[in-house]
Amino acid sequence: MAADGWSWFPVLAAGVSLFKCLFISSYRSTDFEVHRNWLAITHNLPVSRWYHENSSEWTLDYPPLFAWFEFGLSHVARHFDGDMLLLHKQNYASPPTVLFQRLSVIVTDGVFILAARECCRCVQTQRASQKAVLSRPSFILAVLLLWNFGLFIVDHIHFQYNGFLFGFLLLSVAKHLQAQHLQGALLFAILLNLKHIYLYVAPAYGVYLLRSYCFTESSTDGGIRWRSFSLLRLLALGSVVMAVCGLSFGPFIVMGQLPQVLSRLFPFKRGLCHAYWAPNAWALYNALDKVLATLGVRLKLLKEAELPQASMTGGLVQEFQHSVLPSVSPSVTLVCTLLSILVETVHSCVFPRLKPALASIWRRPRGARGFLRCLLLCALGSYMFGWHVHEKAILIAILPLSILAVESREDAGIFLLLSTTGHYSLFPLLFTPTELPIKVCLMLMFSLFSFSALRKLHSADGSLLHPLEVVYLLGLGMVALFSEVLFPLSPWKQRLPFLPLLATSVYCSVGVSYSFLRLYATLLRSDSKPKQH
Amino acid sequence: MQTWSLISICVLLGVVVRWGVSLNSYSGAGKPPMFGDYEAQRHWQEVTYNLPIREWYFNSTNNDLAYWGLDYPPLTAYHSWLCAYIANIINPEWVKLHKSRGHESPEHKLFMRTTVLVVDLLLFIPAVVLYCLYLTDGSSKKKVSVLLCILLYPGIILIDYGHFQYNGVSLGLALWGILGLGLGWDALGSIAFSLALNYKQMELYHALPFFCYLLGKCFKAGLIGHGFFLLVRIAAAVVVTFALCWLPFLSDPAQALQVVRRIFPVARGLFEDKVANTWCSLNVLIKIRTLMSSDAQLYLSLVFTLLAVLPSSIRLLTRPTFWHFKLALVNSSLGFFLFSYQVHEKSILLAALPVCLLLDDLPFMSVWFLLASTFSMLPLLLKDGLLVPYAVTSTGFLLLSIYLLSALDHCTEDELQLTTYRKLFFFPFKSDLGCIVRWKFYISVAAMVGLSITSVTLDPPSHLPDLFPVLVSTTAYLLFLGTIIHFNILQFSGPPSKKSQKKSN
Repeated sequence: MAADGWSWFPVLAAGVSLFKCLFISSYRSTDFEVHRNWLAITHNLPVSRWYHENSSEWTLDYPPLFAWFEFGLSHVARHFDGDMLLLHKQNYASPPTVLFQRLSVIVTDGVFILAARECCRCVQTQRASQKAVLSRPSFILAVLLLWNFGLFIVDHIHFQYNGFLFGFLLLSVAKHLQAQHLQGALLFAILLNLKHIYLYVAPAYGVYLLRSYCFTESSTDGGIRWRSFSLLRLLALGSVVMAVCGLSFGPFIVMGQLPQVLSRLFPFKRGLCHAYWAPNAWALYNALDKVLATLGVRLKLLKEAELPQASMTGGLVQEFQHSVLPSVSPSVTLVCTLLSILVETVHSCVFPRLKPALASIWRRPRGARGFLRCLLLCALGSYMFGWHVHEKAILIAILPLSILAVESREDAGIFLLLSTTGHYSLFPLLFTPTELPIKVCLMLMFSLFSFSALRKLHSADGSLLHPLEVVYLLGLGMVALFSEVLFPLSPWKQRLPFLPLLATSVYCSVGVSYSFLRLYATLLRSDSKPKQH
Repeated sequence: MQTWSLISICVLLGVVVRWGVSLNSYSGAGKPPMFGDYEAQRHWQEVTYNLPIREWYFNSTNNDLAYWGLDYPPLTAYHSWLCAYIANIINPEWVKLHKSRGHESPEHKLFMRTTVLVVDLLLFIPAVVLYCLYLTDGSSKKKVSVLLCILLYPGIILIDYGHFQYNGVSLGLALWGILGLGLGWDALGSIAFSLALNYKQMELYHALPFFCYLLGKCFKAGLIGHGFFLLVRIAAAVVVTFALCWLPFLSDPAQALQVVRRIFPVARGLFEDKVANTWCSLNVLIKIRTLMSSDAQLYLSLVFTLLAVLPSSIRLLTRPTFWHFKLALVNSSLGFFLFSYQVHEKSILLAALPVCLLLDDLPFMSVWFLLASTFSMLPLLLKDGLLVPYAVTSTGFLLLSIYLLSALDHCTEDELQLTTYRKLFFFPFKSDLGCIVRWKFYISVAAMVGLSITSVTLDPPSHLPDLFPVLVSTTAYLLFLGTIIHFNILQFSGPPSKKSQKKSN
C-alpha cells in the first residue's frame, strides 16, 4: 500500500476525538459518580482498604488493575480539582471534575484508536487496489470501529471507560490475526484484570491458544498432531498470564483478601435480569411468563391473588419472580451459558474427527478468523444466557464482528442485523429529552453508513439481508417511533410506564437471538466448505 | 456509496454537532438584570404574544423598549410570535407578560434550542444541500466535501446554538435568494432575499450585489424589450413581498416610521464593544469618537463604506455573472463590516456566508478567512462560556477543510491569482509568492491559536484590561483587510481558469 494510503486515518481519528469533546456537558449517568468515587478511594486509602471501603454505595467492583488505573488517573485529577478526590464528597460534579473525567475517557480512547489502526492493517487486502478511499475495506472498518454508535453513547454520554478496554481486546485480536500470539495473550491477560466481564470470551482464547500456539503443527487434513505439542510454548504462555494475574491479584492474596475481592467482583445477589432487561433469551423467557400469567388469569386458570406481586412496575425491582414458568437460578444460567459456548469449542476439541462439521476452532486452516468467530459466539452466548447481563455487553460482540463484516458478505449481513438491534437496545440508556436528537441522529448516521458502505463493498456477491430481515429492521423503526414519540404523549404513560422498555427489550431480543443462531450457522457451514485464507 | 447516503450522513453530522454545541451555555445565562440575546429572543416572544401588533415597536408600560425592545424588522417579530404561540401551549409561564422576565429553566432552554434547530432544518440546511448539489462543479465526492465543510463552519453554529440567535433564518433566506439567482429563477430569488431583509436588516450588507446583479442582467437583456420585462417582474416581486411583510404597519405612517427608527438606531455610536473593523482598530491609535461629532462619524463611515463597496458592485453591474456575483457578495458584506456604522462582531457571519460558497473555487483563501472570522468572535464566545465548543469546532473545521478540500495543495501562485500582486507591488526578485502566502497562513493560524490560549489562561495587566480583546480584534482586522483586498483583485481580474485540478480521491 502506498505511503499516503493511510492519510485519512489520523483525520478520522482526530475528528472523532474532537467530536467526543462536544458532549462534555451532556447527560451523564450514575456511573460518573461511581468512577469519581473510585478515584477518591484509590487516591486516599491504602491498597488494603480498597476492596473493603463501603461508605458510598458505589463500591469498587472492578479487578485490581483497573483500580490501579484509577489510582494513576487520580494523580492527574489533582491538578484539575482536588475536591473530587475527597471520599465524602458524594455526587460531586464541578465543571473541572466533569472536564477531567470526560477528557480522561477521550484520551484513554487512544488505545482504542491504536487498536482500530492495527485491525485495519489486518484486513485482507485483496480489494485494496480500489482507488477510492470510501470503498476500501480498511476505511470502512475504521469508521465502523471509531464511530461505533454504541461505544460512543455508552462511553461519552452515559460515561464509562469501555473504549480503552475494547482497545485492549481489539489489539489482542489484531495480534492474533498477525500471528503474534504471546503479545495477544499478554494483552488479553491485562484486559481480564482490568474488567472481568471479558471472562465471557476467555474460553475462545484458552482453546485457541492451546490449539494454535502450543501445538506447532497440524496434520494434513487439519486435524491435531499430538506429537507437535510444545511444552516450552505452554510454559511461556502460562508464565505471561500468571505474571499479569500475579501482579494484579498477588498483593491481595498476600493480604488474605482474595475472598473479599472476589465477592466484590461477582455479586450474585443481583437478579436474573438488569432493571432494564437486556434483550437476551431471559427477556423472551420473562415475557413469555408474563403472557402466560395474563392469559391464565383471563382464562380463569390462575387466580390473580395467588400470583407473585407484579414485579415489573417501575422497572426498578431487581428480583423478578416468575409467575408460571419455573424461576431461573444463577447455576441454571451458568449451565446454559457454558453449553452455548462450549458446544463449538470443547465439543470440537474432544471429537474433532468424529464431527468434522463442528470442529471449529480446533481446525488449523481456519486460523485466527475462526478464533474471532469463536470469540464472537462466546460473547453472544454469554450475553444470551448470562446472569444479570447488562445491555452494554452487546458491544463485546458488535465491535469484533465489524472486522469480519468487511471481509465476507455473510458476516456483513449478520453485522447489520446485530449492530442495528443491539445499538437500538441501548436507546433506553439515554432517556433525557435533550439527548434524544443525539441518539437518533447518531444511530441513523451509523446505520446509514454501515448499510450503504457494506452493501457497496459486497455488491458483487448479492444482497446482504433477506427481505424478512429487512422487514424486521423496519419494525425496529416502528418500535422506536412508538416508544420515543407516541408513547410519552399517550394516556398509557402513567399506567404502564414500563411498556416501552418491555417492547424494546422483547423486540430486540428476537433480533439478537436470530443473529446468534445465524452466526452459529456460518460457523457450521464454513466447516463443511473450508475457505482458502 | 451513493451520493444521497453521503449527503444524509453529512447532514446528520451537521445536526449532531449543532445539537452538541447547544448543550452548552448561552449568552447571559444566569446574569440578571439584563441577561443576553437569549433573554432578548424570549422577551420578544413575550411581547409579541401578549401585545397587539401596533404596540410591538412602541415604548409603553407593557413594553419597556430599554429592556431588549424589539429592534428587528417585522418578520422576526412574526417568528417570535409563532414561537411564543407554541411556547404558550407547552408552558404558559414562559411567555407570561412581565412575570416571565428573565425566565430560565432547562426545559425552556431545550425549547429555545429546538426552535433554532427547526428553522435551521427548514431553511439553512436544505439551501446548503441544494447549493452544493447544483451550483458547485466537480465530482459528487467534491460536492459532498464542500457540503460538509459549509455545514460545519463554526461561526454560524457557535452563534446560533451557543450564543443564541436565529442567523440560520436570515442567512438561510439569503442563501435561498442566491440559489434562486444561480439557478436563473430571479423573481423567486429576489422574493427570498426580500424575506431575508425583512427578517434582519443586516442583510442590507448583501443587498447591493443582489441589486447590481439583477440590474446588470436586465441591462444585458436590453432595457428596451426583454430586460425591461424582467426588471418589472423582479421589482413587482420585491415590492409585493415587502408590502406583505409590512402590511400591519402600513395603515399608519407613524407605525412604519417607528419601526424604521427602531431598526436603524443611529444614536448608538460608531461602534460598540471590540469589533474587528476599521474604526475599532483605528481607535487604538486615534480616538475618533472623541475627535469628531457623531454626525461627522456617520458621514465618514458612509463615505468609506461606499468607497469600499462601489468598485465591486460597478464591476458586477457590467459583468453580471454568478462568479462575479459571489465575489461581490463577499466584497460588499466585508466592506460594510469593515467600514460601516454601528457594526456588531456577529455581523462577520454575513461575510462568512458568501465566503462559504467560494470554498469550492478558492479553498485556501476561504478556509483562511472562515477561521479568522470565527476567531474574531473569541471575546464574545469566551464571555458566553463557549470555550470548549469554540476550540473543538474550529480545530475540527481546520482539519476537515484542509483535508477534504486539500486547501494547502491549492495555493500555488497561479491558483491564488497572485500575479496581480507582482504587478501591483513590483516584486523585485523572483520569489515564490505561493510559498510566502502559505507561510503567512501558518503564522496567522499560530497567532490565532496563541492569542486564544493566552486570552483564556493569562490575566491582562491591570492598566490594560481590554488588552486581549483588542489584540484579537486587530489581528482579525488585518486578516479581513487582506481578504477584502484579495477578493477585490479577484473581482477585477479575469474569470477563474477552469479547473485543471481534478481530485484523485
